[in-house]
Amino acid sequence: MDSMGMIIGTWLAGFLTLAILSFLYKDNPFYKLAEHLYVGVSAGYWLIYVAFFDIKPMLIDTFMSETGFEKWIILIPGALGLIMLSRWFPKIAWLSRWPIAFTVGIGAGLGITANLQGYVLPQVQATILPLTGFTVADLSNLILIIGVVTTLMYFYFSKPHKGLLGGGAKIGIVFIMVSFGASFGYTLMARISLLIGRLYFLFHDLLRILD
Amino acid sequence: MGHRRLVATLVFLGVLALVGGSVAARPLEEGTSAPCACSVSANDVPDDGGGAISVSWDLATTDASPSVTRFEILRYATGEEPVSIGEVLSTNTDFQDVNADGGTIYQYIVRTHTRDGFIDSVPSDAALATAQWFAHGRAPSLIALILVCGSIIFFIIRAKGGAELFIRKIPGLDAVDDAVGRATEMGRPVLYVPGIETVSEVGTLAALTILGHVAKKVAQHGTPLLVPTADPIVMTTAQEIVKQAYAEVGQSDRFDPSSVFYLTYDQFGYTAGVDGIMVRERPEAVFLLGYFAAESLILAETAHEIGAIQISGTKETSQLPFFVAACDYTLIGEEIFAASSYLSHEPIMLGSLKGQDLIKIGIVYLIVTLVIAGSIGYAISPDGTSTLSRAVEAAALWLTGS
Repeated sequence: MDSMGMIIGTWLAGFLTLAILSFLYKDNPFYKLAEHLYVGVSAGYWLIYVAFFDIKPMLIDTFMSETGFEKWIILIPGALGLIMLSRWFPKIAWLSRWPIAFTVGIGAGLGITANLQGYVLPQVQATILPLTGFTVADLSNLILIIGVVTTLMYFYFSKPHKGLLGGGAKIGIVFIMVSFGASFGYTLMARISLLIGRLYFLFHDLLRILD
Repeated sequence: MGHRRLVATLVFLGVLALVGGSVAARPLEEGTSAPCACSVSANDVPDDGGGAISVSWDLATTDASPSVTRFEILRYATGEEPVSIGEVLSTNTDFQDVNADGGTIYQYIVRTHTRDGFIDSVPSDAALATAQWFAHGRAPSLIALILVCGSIIFFIIRAKGGAELFIRKIPGLDAVDDAVGRATEMGRPVLYVPGIETVSEVGTLAALTILGHVAKKVAQHGTPLLVPTADPIVMTTAQEIVKQAYAEVGQSDRFDPSSVFYLTYDQFGYTAGVDGIMVRERPEAVFLLGYFAAESLILAETAHEIGAIQISGTKETSQLPFFVAACDYTLIGEEIFAASSYLSHEPIMLGSLKGQDLIKIGIVYLIVTLVIAGSIGYAISPDGTSTLSRAVEAAALWLTGS
């Protein structure tokens, strides 16, 4: 037997699902209610999440429990976080650029190594496919090599796309569009599964039409 | 009826497991024909940050030996009792202890389990987990990093020195001015959506750079601008950029800080909010630039529904098909970075783009050269045993430290 809370929760979720889906018809008061509720609740949720799953365990609890050097090093991110609040005070608002610069620098620094190690070098390695004869596998490898090389030519910005570079770039954009088409179909199937999940909730949990 | 059978089967299997467990827990007597792990060796895992020791062994069996069910690895430091730290399948002959304390010397015993009991190996030699300064397998990454950074720094220095660095025009950039102009004529706002990620995401950074250009145009024409953000730091940065843009065209007094605002960090909460803004404020131009995920098509479709010009761009290859299908103009992948460099004419951004172009050309030459060399190698010796084929194969493997 479901509790009253479960029943109310299911009906509320069902109503909000339908309210959001009503946007497919046009903007209406039910959608506005669901939208504002969603934005407000999610903003509040993330505030609590950051406070209790980031700031408290990673900053406050760590500061209280650690000893020695680790205890004081925690103060650096804490101070950077506090400096962000300097935006409230126009005279020292420029200080907030420091933590922003720190965040951007760390992101770019970690990103360049991760991308080289994780994407660029493995892809270059996977494209070095010598042709061993006249087999179907060789044809497949040749298409792959042409695809990678011409796509790189498309993304070359230092010269106008004319002559050999222009021809290569035109072939490159064909490869790009073919890959987009495949990706579109693949992702669409994933989205349909999400829709099925939502419809299952409506027909199974809410209306109990499906067994 | 079916449930009773299931319960009975589970009880039977449970009893079997208990009986089997009690048998397997019994040590075998020495001199039996039990299989045993021998030559147990323990060594520090090379090229790591410390804290890991690799344990390996050989399995000694005879025809009369019962089959091995699993291996259990026990560890002890000097003066301590051995404790179990993990198990592996009977087909494995190695184990990696990833919880070793640096500075503690350990020895390992491999316990071989059979259906009749278990037998312990002779302890391994002592091993110590240490950190290495340099991971040799990542040397190609270091070389690539030096080349990338070196070429970027070289071109930045050239750009700062006043050298004219050519960048071809990006298709779709003209549309930026047209879109702002059309919004001005129609007396409707421009909506700029800088994605759903934080400011450390490079796509967000490129989107914020383009925002500066759009904000200047908007300020010149006196068109309303709306910038909903999903991250507080992105909001702060976007406010700075828009404020700066208004100041640069002498329209500081017209800058409205509330035009750049925070909605929520929640992906679909943000999407619902932006969709609501689109249908109520009816912007004439919608910019979707930065990092996007599953919400890309929802936003692009809503912008299409209200009849706005949509200019989109992201480096996320999984979302680009949706933008290409639904938007008027799309900046594909790296074009978003090139566009920000083209618009800003900042020496650092121009130099960065030119440096990356040089690396791309290098990669094309590397691939083509090695493919041709390898193919010649196969032409010389079709079984791939020629020196050229082997050299190409070794070079390709070296790239990823394999």
